[in-house]
Amino acid sequence: MSLKKDEWLALEKKAHELRKLTLQTTSWAGSGHIGGGMSVLDLLTVLYHKYLNIKVEDPQWDDRDRFILSKGHAAIAYAPVLCDKGFNDPEMLKTFNLSGSKMGMHLDSNKVVGVDASTGSLGHGVSIAAGTALAARILGKDYLTYVVTGDGELGEGSNWEGFMTINHYQLSNCITFIDRNKCMIDGPTEEVMKLEPLADKMTAFGFNTVVINGNHIDELCDAIDAAIERSKEKCAPTCIILDTLKGAGIKDIAGDYHCHYMALDDETFDKYNKQLDEDYAERVARAEKEGK
Amino acid sequence: MAGGFVYNAIDQTEVATAEIYGKALADIIMKDPKVVAITADLAKSTKLGDVLKVCPERVINVGIAEQDMFGVAAGMARAGCIPFLSGFSAFTSMRACDQLHTDICYQNVNAKIIATHAGTSFGQAGSTHHAITDLAITRAMPNLTVIVPADGYETANAVNAAYENVGPYYIRINRGFDRVLYDTQDYGFEVGKAVEVHSGTDITVIACGSCVFQAREAAKFLENSDGLSVRVLNMHTIKPIDKDAIIKAVLDTRRIITVEDHSTIGGLGSAVAEVVVEAGKGCAFKKLGHPDKFAPIGLQEDIMAEVGIDSNGIIAAVREVMKADFEEDDNWDDEF
Repeated sequence: MSLKKDEWLALEKKAHELRKLTLQTTSWAGSGHIGGGMSVLDLLTVLYHKYLNIKVEDPQWDDRDRFILSKGHAAIAYAPVLCDKGFNDPEMLKTFNLSGSKMGMHLDSNKVVGVDASTGSLGHGVSIAAGTALAARILGKDYLTYVVTGDGELGEGSNWEGFMTINHYQLSNCITFIDRNKCMIDGPTEEVMKLEPLADKMTAFGFNTVVINGNHIDELCDAIDAAIERSKEKCAPTCIILDTLKGAGIKDIAGDYHCHYMALDDETFDKYNKQLDEDYAERVARAEKEGK
Repeated sequence: MAGGFVYNAIDQTEVATAEIYGKALADIIMKDPKVVAITADLAKSTKLGDVLKVCPERVINVGIAEQDMFGVAAGMARAGCIPFLSGFSAFTSMRACDQLHTDICYQNVNAKIIATHAGTSFGQAGSTHHAITDLAITRAMPNLTVIVPADGYETANAVNAAYENVGPYYIRINRGFDRVLYDTQDYGFEVGKAVEVHSGTDITVIACGSCVFQAREAAKFLENSDGLSVRVLNMHTIKPIDKDAIIKAVLDTRRIITVEDHSTIGGLGSAVAEVVVEAGKGCAFKKLGHPDKFAPIGLQEDIMAEVGIDSNGIIAAVREVMKADFEEDDNWDDEF
């Protein structure tokens, strides 16, 4: 493991702050896609605070790494990440989802600074990412493209068209994540529409596929480090399947598909905040024990 | 006229319209390293041969996957490329409709869609390959400029204009050869400005694409046989539509017929009707196009004859509308 204990702890602290801010944003908005936001939040944290080569002062910098949130409904977590990073005024979060806001339930790349693609309609991000990665090759640029899809989202056939393109052109400069939280709106993925054996499918589509715990900061960093190393040569692209929990960090809802979209009253807000603190304490304890 | 890319009369008569697209794009791609051609297994059918000859590394084939083609194009455009996507118009407008809407138009990216085999120009392929609803679909998409060139010269002009202007374009061209409308490429093409191809004062026929030639032939015939003065407007840009030319036609001729190789619902006829109605002044009005049903199978010229959008159909419609009554108003100036 390349991740040092100090950095690990710092990333856990940031992830915790962003979880709290996501919960707060959900409260301000009255409701939100809290389940899928929390499951992908650890990935967002490590990308925006360790890996993405971006400039807050120059958001449209030509050579920046690209990040595409194909599961656009996770904007409830993505918007806090972008505001906390400095791309947008954090005050904007108080208007999330409200009339007249620049921040709707799904982020508009022409309104919210730092967003590389307007997503929300599922099954679009992979092809867009293939396009930005192909453009890097054509324009002679070294930037990387990161894209994350939901797992239920993979029911949209367009994803598989995009996977074929990423493989055909050996776009190892495009790193694909699948947030495997195993939940859809109507129930568990395997009940609504079977996805397994997902890793075999991705491997069959030509990907160098790894499965990790997507809510573990250390495993995320190890997998991304390896994917970046592979990206230096034109070769089979990497897919990192993130085994996650919907609603990760909040004990009462973690792993429950019912938390896809939730309204929050004050009492629930306070309870979930306490559970986030408890979860953070456990995360710190693990980092202290296993970190080096 | 967009400068730099000149085609001659031999090109017009010996080169299919889509091939002129390929030649125009080959010129552009040699000039600008950011330009990319993308296709979904239709490089040959959409005439990218000239582009493949000069710059194969910037021709991206995504296989039979139109949704992917649009997403890839959007990503490329976002990263600084200028993608030209080409595919059959039936699929560019319908198979990838969500991607056209969200990835291209909503994000307002600088991508150019070349929709070939438009209308019933691939008539023998049947309704799966007819595109008689694409103007209705694309016209409703914000940010998108929609152009229907009438011949090869106009196709070259439209492609050049799409390159020179930033933003998404949808250019709808036919399969194979089009009847030649213009003698030269330099006739004053301008996006959003109709071109009068036959002057007249009794009635105005507003047409697009392959119907413009048919309308002009009808106008010539009616001038000689019926003594009618028929104005013909080539409304090559469906959006933004030339409101001034339409209102002038209402004022000057008080009779309008629209003609298109497209459904009478939602296309050129509807676009013109909206302008006429919003202008607050009625006139005798008729839409020619495919009625609300799927088109028959056959050669395009046979289909056009059957649905009445060839010169014979236009002549009959003009005679009918010339008999129509409409409410006279002595003072038109106060209403415009």
